[in-house]
Amino acid sequence: MARNRPLSPHLQVYRLPLSALMSISHRATGMLLAAGSLVLVYWLAAAASGPDAFAAAQALLGSLPGRALLLVFTFSLFYHLGNGIRHLFWDAGLGFELRTAHVSGVAVIVAAVVLTLAAWALGYAMR
Amino acid sequence: MAQFTLPADSAVRDGRTWPAPGDAKRPRTFVVYRYDPDSDENPRRDRYTIDLADCGPMVLDALIKIKSEIDPTLTFRRSCREGICGSCAMNVGGRNGLACISAIEDYPGAVAVHPLPHMPVVKDLVPDMSHFYAQYASIKPWMRSRPSPPDRERPQSKEERERLDGLYECILCACCSTSCPSYWWNGDRYLGPAVLLQAYRWLVDSRDEAAGERLDDLEDPFRLYRCHTIMNCTTACPKGLNPAKAIAGIKKMMVARSV
Repeated sequence: MARNRPLSPHLQVYRLPLSALMSISHRATGMLLAAGSLVLVYWLAAAASGPDAFAAAQALLGSLPGRALLLVFTFSLFYHLGNGIRHLFWDAGLGFELRTAHVSGVAVIVAAVVLTLAAWALGYAMR
Repeated sequence: MAQFTLPADSAVRDGRTWPAPGDAKRPRTFVVYRYDPDSDENPRRDRYTIDLADCGPMVLDALIKIKSEIDPTLTFRRSCREGICGSCAMNVGGRNGLACISAIEDYPGAVAVHPLPHMPVVKDLVPDMSHFYAQYASIKPWMRSRPSPPDRERPQSKEERERLDGLYECILCACCSTSCPSYWWNGDRYLGPAVLLQAYRWLVDSRDEAAGERLDDLEDPFRLYRCHTIMNCTTACPKGLNPAKAIAGIKKMMVARSV
């Protein structure tokens, strides 16, 4: 044989269904949450270090890029939470029919968006 | 570590474009993955345009028409042409399925035809299935009884028999396993949805006496637990089965026996 057998195309050609896109998003949001928890630690440490450090942290996180990051973090939190609950049902052997899995997936996305907006509305209302 | 891109020797180049028949009433283009093991060249995509007015309704009909009328070197597996043998499993329009029961009219525009994803290609649309079959053999897909088979029938209640519904219909076409990203990245050790559905089929068979040993064999971070419920398998299954649910059934049995 002149050469090795080629590997057939996979990600390059596969049209991933919603379930697969949500699965990889679950992993991505999980990693964002891990990174975000470090930001949370930074914020708490700043609060413990005194008014100057806290004011600096507030200024950083309150800036436009800071808020954008927090928005992504909030969405990740609610998405990961909702999809995590979906996974709990799957672990119990429930919700595997294609239609059910699709509906639960859409429900998670809608819930994550609504909860994110609600959290931010609440945050701004409490200022 | 998973490699998300194709190796250099597997990159697909643009291939030949075969001219459309001049008098075609309903022309349709098929973009087909080609690989010739007798040349040193990379795989390529050839474009064939055929007249659907003079062709059967299924993707397999189109491939057969291309092979008999345009390019006899086009190579693919096919046999029953009615969705029961699993030979013509391939990736059509980005999703895995059986070409013989995939209607051309369900695909808009040019129809892309590739071999089952992330498999070594023997030629054109023919993947090497050896590893898949070896994995199937590894779960010992037969009735195991100890110490020896009984000398009379093993009666099964209606309910016990019903547990096999949705499992025994699997034709091992590998559409599900080769649609699974976990199987793409870890197929050397992860058994994949088709083989795990088969494993479950024997685990829930009331006549089989080796459930404990079967679970022992599956209890492994890779063989079973690379399933992350991505659900591509269930989406892909041309028989409408639910490998994701079967795998969840195995995971539940693992939990049940350890508590």
